[in-house]
Amino acid sequence: MPDDPLAADAGRTRTGALPIAGRDLSLGRDGRMLVDRVSLAVGTPGVTALLGPNGAGKSLLLRMMAGLIAPDGGAVTWAGRSPDRARAHLVGVVFHRPVMLRRSALDNVRFALKAAGVPRSERRDRAMAALASGGLDPLASTPARVLSGGEQQRLALVRAMATGPEALLLDEATAHLDPASALAIETLVLKARDGGAAVLLVTHDLTQARRLADRVVCLHGGGLEADLAADAFFRGPPAGPARAFVEGRLVA
Amino acid sequence: MQDLGGAFGEAFRLIGAFDGDLVEIVLLSLRVSLSAVALAALVGLPLGAAVAVARFPGRMASIAAMNAFMGLPPVVAGLAVYLLLSRAGPLGDFGLLYTPEAMVIAQAVLVTPIVAALARQTIEDLHGDYDEQLRALGIGRTGAVATLLWEARLSLVTVLLAGFGRAIAEVGAVIIVGGNINHVTRVMTTAIALETSKGALNLALGLGIVLLAIVLAINALAGLLRHSVAESAHA
Repeated sequence: MPDDPLAADAGRTRTGALPIAGRDLSLGRDGRMLVDRVSLAVGTPGVTALLGPNGAGKSLLLRMMAGLIAPDGGAVTWAGRSPDRARAHLVGVVFHRPVMLRRSALDNVRFALKAAGVPRSERRDRAMAALASGGLDPLASTPARVLSGGEQQRLALVRAMATGPEALLLDEATAHLDPASALAIETLVLKARDGGAAVLLVTHDLTQARRLADRVVCLHGGGLEADLAADAFFRGPPAGPARAFVEGRLVA
Repeated sequence: MQDLGGAFGEAFRLIGAFDGDLVEIVLLSLRVSLSAVALAALVGLPLGAAVAVARFPGRMASIAAMNAFMGLPPVVAGLAVYLLLSRAGPLGDFGLLYTPEAMVIAQAVLVTPIVAALARQTIEDLHGDYDEQLRALGIGRTGAVATLLWEARLSLVTVLLAGFGRAIAEVGAVIIVGGNINHVTRVMTTAIALETSKGALNLALGLGIVLLAIVLAINALAGLLRHSVAESAHA
């Protein structure tokens, strides 16, 4: 994001992270191919939904794109180079289950800002602004671990967004949440998209994909089944497992 | 066997009289063992956390070694430190043998493996939950070690208590490097050993009861601290 105050920081953000691209990614465990030669790139603002049944390899693909696990085959690049720690704050990641540090909500966000190299004097104000954007400012001094599940996930998203990321990768971030909490997450995701972020959203919730996605990528059995604009996808995916998934039939 | 009632009587008499010698012995015991635990924490906590987080060849062997050294016999630790500090030893020039400092070193040698091994286990469990999140935030290995030590602070208090319990209760190491010199290096355990060998069993038992009370009090205090921190800092 061009108006990101971090851009002024020496060197750290001079090169961006977009596009995040995986080429021919493969990952096997115990002789089984869990992700099989998948190529995927997210580079433009908008929400890409990564759809598929359980075990399709969605989370593994997302974690490879985030640079958290190394593929057995193929390569991931951020803006043409291998992922590196200095650009981690440009790629926000939110997990299936939020990992909260044992400190206050505010300090959780401050921790992320510190890791991103934000000067100490700016951290508090920026953290408060980030909390406010998620409606969490009244809970700033509450220990993060006593927040409800929905609040924790919102805090995890706010923490990931606080550093002004170019990309947000969400791994089933609303899977455990009630509808109101999920809506709060979705609202934040759309806010990030409107701010120019490229969002990759792993979900098996079709209605959520319909609500949010501009583009749908469908995985099945570790392979890429479809990669279409959302309209085209929901009007009717070509055939095979992707269509079956959309139509609610059981996919084996 | 003298009667237990006599021992309790002696213990209360010692405490009630605020016996100068007893106070001196208790304070030296606490000073030596607390210093040893502080030293062990300074080395053992980062070491344990680093081994928990790092991946290097020989990692399993170093974990096995740390675990094995948890059971290091105090007399062996004392002997090793004695050899180092004796006049002819490599550190003989410092003249530390038969000083409280020597006792601190010996107990630190004893306690550091306990702190390191238990911290390693605690931090490794925590690391499993935190690893991907910390890396996603751009935290490197050194940062992860520092973060995890802070995140595990409540469990690590218990680890340090285990180390303190080991230090305050051992006699073998302090008697070898300290020499049980009256008013200089006499601590509770060496005093108990001496009184027992002199046949002053009431006094020995009295000292033993005081030692037990101190250990219990410190554990209770740490338990309270842990509880109140847990209440205020996290669920």
